[in-house]
Amino acid sequence: MEKELRLMKGNEAIAEAAIRAGADGYFGYPITPQSEILEYLMEANPSRTTGMVVLQAESEIAAINMVYGGAACGKKVMTSSSSPGISLKQEGITYIAGAELPCLIVNVVRGGPGLGTIQPAQSDYFQATKGGGHGDYHLIVLAPASVQEMADFVDLSFELAFKYRNPVMILSDGAIGQMMEKVWLAPQKERSKTYPEWATTGKPPERERNIITSLDLDPYAQEQFNKKLVAKYNEIREKEVRYEEFQCDDAEYLFVAYGTSARVCQKSVQLARAQGIKAGLLRPITLFPYPSVRIGSLAEKVRIILSVEMSAGQMVEDVMLSVNGKVPVFHFGRMGGIVTTPDEVVDYLKSKIIGG
Amino acid sequence: MAEVTGIKEIIKPENLAYKRTRIMTDNVLSYCPGCGHGTTHRILAEVIDEEGLQSEAIGVSPVGCSVLLYHYIDIDWQEAAHGRAPAVATGIKRLLPDKFVFTYQGDGDLAAIGTAETIHTCNRGENILIIFINNGIYGMTGGQMAPTTLPGMRSSTSPYGRDVKVMGNPLKITDIIATLPGTYYVTRQSVHTPANVRKTKKAMLKAARYQKLNKGTCFIEIVSNCPSGWKMTPVQSNKWMEENMLKYYPLGDLKVPPEETVQNANNPEKK
Amino acid sequence: MTEEIIIAGFGGQGVLSMGKIMAYSGVMQDMEVSWMPSYGPEMRGGTANVIVIISSERISSPIIRNFDTAIILNQQSLDKFEGSVKSGGILIYDGNGITRHPERKDITIYRVDAAEEAGRMSSPKTFNMIVLGGFLKIKPIIKMENVIKGLKKSLPERYHNLIPVNEKALERGMEIIRKV
Repeated sequence: MEKELRLMKGNEAIAEAAIRAGADGYFGYPITPQSEILEYLMEANPSRTTGMVVLQAESEIAAINMVYGGAACGKKVMTSSSSPGISLKQEGITYIAGAELPCLIVNVVRGGPGLGTIQPAQSDYFQATKGGGHGDYHLIVLAPASVQEMADFVDLSFELAFKYRNPVMILSDGAIGQMMEKVWLAPQKERSKTYPEWATTGKPPERERNIITSLDLDPYAQEQFNKKLVAKYNEIREKEVRYEEFQCDDAEYLFVAYGTSARVCQKSVQLARAQGIKAGLLRPITLFPYPSVRIGSLAEKVRIILSVEMSAGQMVEDVMLSVNGKVPVFHFGRMGGIVTTPDEVVDYLKSKIIGG
Repeated sequence: MAEVTGIKEIIKPENLAYKRTRIMTDNVLSYCPGCGHGTTHRILAEVIDEEGLQSEAIGVSPVGCSVLLYHYIDIDWQEAAHGRAPAVATGIKRLLPDKFVFTYQGDGDLAAIGTAETIHTCNRGENILIIFINNGIYGMTGGQMAPTTLPGMRSSTSPYGRDVKVMGNPLKITDIIATLPGTYYVTRQSVHTPANVRKTKKAMLKAARYQKLNKGTCFIEIVSNCPSGWKMTPVQSNKWMEENMLKYYPLGDLKVPPEETVQNANNPEKK
Repeated sequence: MTEEIIIAGFGGQGVLSMGKIMAYSGVMQDMEVSWMPSYGPEMRGGTANVIVIISSERISSPIIRNFDTAIILNQQSLDKFEGSVKSGGILIYDGNGITRHPERKDITIYRVDAAEEAGRMSSPKTFNMIVLGGFLKIKPIIKMENVIKGLKKSLPERYHNLIPVNEKALERGMEIIRKV
């Protein structure tokens, strides 16, 4: 089967890619700017074609717990929301992480805190990469920077989720969710007919019963479990780092940016170079695990690193940890739902060069 | 003195009056003496076993005293977050519609923190069984006031008795559930006497069969006791339950399947 | 080649769908495209705008503040975006309801009275196609055959009988656009 070319919104691309990835279930609740995901799935009605279940839940809390139930049956299940809704899902997400269940959670980020704004932001970075709910855990976090990646990362997320028995988050934002671009859609995959051995599918006589829980009242056993998680996260850090570089080879000034900000900074690199400033861009694709090693080695050869994100400065902390004091690290970005423009980034960089 | 009879002598099949339910595990129950959970677990296990559902059953355990329920019955289990069991069960049943899916929840779990999940799951008519243990108190956390705590009833967070003007009224959630079109069979039972145990088991058997027939949500409330939380002996607690709880939460069916109503109308004696 | 365009007007004027047809047409011509709308409650009855980028190269930022072309369909949008046209760029506007006309001297200004024309053609829904026709006359970045293909792609099949009317509107737009 050939890939199919379409012009789609990022949100629609996620929905279509989920059907094509052979997802078994989607549970969601409407919230701007990501309602198109649920709307698209309802209209596509995949229950007639692939048998995928699509259900509008009574709340984000219910939706993530439906995901828990489905994931514990070994099924490919997902939910999506935007920032305030993701906050509501955090309880379910930590239980899912604690029960080591694979699933996909999409966050089409909008500005906060609180009800905030419905316009795009990147202010959920801490929540996404450092845990989000209570307890020691991590999600695997993928940051798409195009509609194409919105589609491609669905299948990748399920693959990683099942490989590591860990929830995966696609951390997008209102801009990528709402914008249309060309997207090559992968051919339809069949839904899996087999179940992982840990799944609760009804206990046949020949196997022990499967129990999905995140509870252990014995602190020593719980500590052993925590250590197991740490080992898993370390393995993920070792094997799953993904990033992309633009003109980093001769760069003297390095931008680090993900998602929409990375698209902005790509243009900033062009604008800066047109003015004789040798800029480059490193775009983390995985936010957990973070490309710390690569940023650390680039820090050996650049003069300044500028972390650009639509937040008050969250990812910049990871950049600083990666750089470990080797070069000055700055943060620049707009907030409140305003997307940083390429020339603003260049102007800020110039002020630092001149100022420095 | 007569010779002591050997233990093997006693448990000859012909001497067996009662035996452990086959699919109950050997784990020691974590419940207080006199608590209704143990009995309820047993009849649930009996129903699963007798209906041949062991290989199809997926249970969802709650947060509350029965949080460790998955240690006691030998089937596949999922442990849900507090109040979320109906949503979890929805996820399971939607993806594995042929399995026997049930939740087992206490009053705090089902009627306080999980009210939205309970109502909406029943309203969608999810084809699952919800077993609701109502003992009017938070047992696991040490006897705090529950949504179903009776007016004037003392608990650690209503030490002077539940003042309904300040703390609200006990929630008859089962009555609400019975009004929802998604529910098929809604009943209130108890397990404090052998006769009541038999009735409750019968209700569970019906619910299991209705689920096979995709009839919609079945909801069984079991009014129960909490000797520790109520600070009574088991016997006192059962008496108190009869005199107080059952007045507020009277036993009986709140919603009977339509065909059964028709049947009963045709055979008045059967009623 | 990269063309960075903003289309702005009232919600309901077909701003977003004009952008969509442009983007689809670009796809048909094997170009890279991005379509970035304003979204949310401001669209309902208020102003709507969309940034369309059509390029022969991979598109970097889909959100920009300065444009090669601004297509302006009401006074509010004119006030907001006149200053965002790059020096040497173009501004196309419909004079209907405009009381303060564009004033910049460093850009080329065109007027296409599409609302009036659509009324004359008694097909008010083709308004945005008349505007698009005007744009394509000034910036023939997409071949007409690809615009028709784009129209087909972006319209649901039940509206495909309307394609000839839209084609006519495109042609009419090309005829009536004039330099100010």
